[in-house]
Amino acid sequence: MSAISLLEIKDLTVTYSSSDGDIPAVRGVDLRVDPGQTLGVAGESGCGKSTIVASVLRLLPKSATVTGQILLDGENVLEMGWGRLRAARWAEASIIFQGAMHSLNPVQRVGNQIAEPILVHEQTSEQEANARVGELLEQVGLPASRAQNYPHQFSGGQKQRLMIAMALACRPKVILADEPTTALDVMVQAQVLGLMSELVRELGVGLILISHDLSVLSRTCQRVAVMYAGKFVEQGPSDQVFGSPSHPYTEALAGAFPTIGDRAFRYAPRGLAGDPPHPQDLPTGCPFHPRCPVAQPECPTAVVELWPSGPGQSAACVLVRDRDRVSR
Amino acid sequence: MTADATPAVRRSARSIVWTRRRRAFARNWKEYRRNREGLIGLVMLAFFAFLALAGPWLVDPETTAVITAPGRPFEPPSSQFWLGTDEFGRPILALLIEGARVSLMVGLIATVFSIVIGTVVGIMAGHFGGWTDTVLMRVSDWLLVLPFLPLAIVLLVILQSSSWLQISPVTAIAIVVGITSWPATARLIRSQTLAVKSRPYLERARALGAGHWHQMSRHILPNVMPLVLANTTLTVAGAVLAETTLSFIGLGDPLRHSWGTTLDGAFGSGAISIGAWWYLIPPGVAIVLVVLAFTWVGHALETVLNPRLQGR
Repeated sequence: MSAISLLEIKDLTVTYSSSDGDIPAVRGVDLRVDPGQTLGVAGESGCGKSTIVASVLRLLPKSATVTGQILLDGENVLEMGWGRLRAARWAEASIIFQGAMHSLNPVQRVGNQIAEPILVHEQTSEQEANARVGELLEQVGLPASRAQNYPHQFSGGQKQRLMIAMALACRPKVILADEPTTALDVMVQAQVLGLMSELVRELGVGLILISHDLSVLSRTCQRVAVMYAGKFVEQGPSDQVFGSPSHPYTEALAGAFPTIGDRAFRYAPRGLAGDPPHPQDLPTGCPFHPRCPVAQPECPTAVVELWPSGPGQSAACVLVRDRDRVSR
Repeated sequence: MTADATPAVRRSARSIVWTRRRRAFARNWKEYRRNREGLIGLVMLAFFAFLALAGPWLVDPETTAVITAPGRPFEPPSSQFWLGTDEFGRPILALLIEGARVSLMVGLIATVFSIVIGTVVGIMAGHFGGWTDTVLMRVSDWLLVLPFLPLAIVLLVILQSSSWLQISPVTAIAIVVGITSWPATARLIRSQTLAVKSRPYLERARALGAGHWHQMSRHILPNVMPLVLANTTLTVAGAVLAETTLSFIGLGDPLRHSWGTTLDGAFGSGAISIGAWWYLIPPGVAIVLVVLAFTWVGHALETVLNPRLQGR
C-alpha cells in the first residue's frame, strides 16, 4: 500500500444540512483506485453514490459538510485552494455525467464543448484543440467531422460517447462515471461499456463506475463495492461479490436481477420489501436489519464494520463476523 | 493534414463558416417570412426608419419654424398640406416626419440602456444567487414598485437641471426611460438564468474547472439570448410610448419635435375644441403603428428563435 494510488478516499463523510436538521448522506467510506483498474459502486437510489462522485471534485452544494480525506494523486482535494481546485478539476479527474442528453449545451457545437476543457486548462491554440477534438472523437468511434454538429443531431448512445470523449479531453488520471449507461438501450449500453473498458486498458486511467445495474458492474469492473445507507456493506472482486455474496443485501440485489428465460425466477419472490432508510432516520445498529431476511436478535444493537469474508472480500454483517470466528 | 496545408485549411474553414451562416440566415428568414404580421411589421419599421433617416432632406427646416411657417393656422387637409396645419400654420406632415427621428432615437437608445443593464443584472443575480441576488433584486423591486410617471418626472428634472452633466433633453429622456424599464428585463433574464443554471451542462462546466465569467458568457448568455432579442423589440415599443408620455406632459425638448410634443401641442392649442382632428389623429396613429410594428416583429422573432413555437 506504499505506492500512491490515483485516487484514495479515506473515511469520507458527507452531511447535508437542511432546515430539518443534518442529513448524513455518506458515513465513512474508504476506497482506492489504481491505474488501469475499474472500481464499481452499486446500491439503490439515494444511498450516496453520486454524492461520493461530486465530493471528489468538490461539486457539492454549500450546504454539504465533508470530512475525511480525498487524495487525488496524493494531494488532498479538501485542502486545495480555489485556483488549485479549478486546475485539478477535469485535468486530474473528470466525470462522465448521468444523463448525457442534458449534459451538453444545446446551443453549442459539440466540437466546441469538447474543446472547452482543453482551452480552459491548457495553453493551446484553437487549432491544436480542434485537432485534439478530432482525435478524441475518433477514439470514441465517431467521425471527426461530426464536431461541427449540434447535440440534437446525435443519438443517445452517441451523446454518451461524446461525454466520454469530453472526459478524456485533458488526459485525466481518474474518470468518475456516474451511471453512464442509464437510459440507454442494452445494445448501446454494451457498446459504451466495451468502449470504456477498452480505454481504461489502453490509457491506464483509473475508473470509478457507479451504477445500480449489477450486470453493468459485473462485466466491467475488477472490484465492486456495494453501498447501503451511506456506507459500504460489502466489497471485493466483482465475480466473487456477485457470485458468492456474503452480505444479505448484496444477495438480495443480485437476486433481484431477472434471469431471462428462467421460468422458476418468474414465480419465486425476489427483491426486498420496504425502502432504503431515510438518512435522517437510520435504524440503530446495522442499518439494514429492518429489511434483512436473516436478521439476528443482536442486529438492532450490533456495531457493524467490514469484516473479511473471503479472499480480498469483506462484508459488514454480523453473520460474516460470526462465521469467521467459528471457522478459526 | 500536414503542417504546410494548414493555412489553406483555415481559409476554407472560414469560408465554410460563412456558407453555414448564410444558410442559417436563409433558413431563419424563410421561417420569419411565414409570419404575416412579422412581415408587415418589418415593412412598417423600414418605412418609419426611412422617414427618420431621410427627414432632414424631406423637410425644409423653415417649414417647421414658427415664424416661417407656410400655411395659415388650423388649415384642414388639402392638396397643399396633406395633413393640414397646426396653430402656427406648420404642416402636420412635416412635423411628423421630423418627429419620427426623435421618437425612434429615444426608443432605441432607451432600449439599449434597458436591455444591457437588465441582462447584466439578471444574469448576475441568477448566476451568483445568495446576497448578490438579494441586493440586485431588491433594487429592481424598488424601481418596479415606484409608479413610472412620478419617478420618471423627478429623474428627468434632476438630469436636465444638473449643470455638470450637460446632456440634451432628448438624451435625458432616453436615459430616464432606460433606467426605469430595466427591472422588468432583469426579472425575466434572471428567471431564465435560473432555469438554465440547473441544467446538467452547467454542472459539467463547473466540473471541468470553468470560472464564473466562462459559465456566464459561454453557457448562460447564449441560452438566454433569444429571450433578450425578443424582449428588445417589445421594449422598444414601450420606450416609444414612454417618450410620448413624457413629451406629452411637457417634459420633452421644446426645440425639437417628437410625436409626443406634437400631441402636446395639439392639446395645448385647443385643437380638440376647435375640432382640428388632423392635428390629433396623425401623431397618435403614427405612435400606434410603430408600437404595433415593433410588437409584431418581436413576436415573429420569438417564433423564429424559439423552436418550440415553430410550425404553429
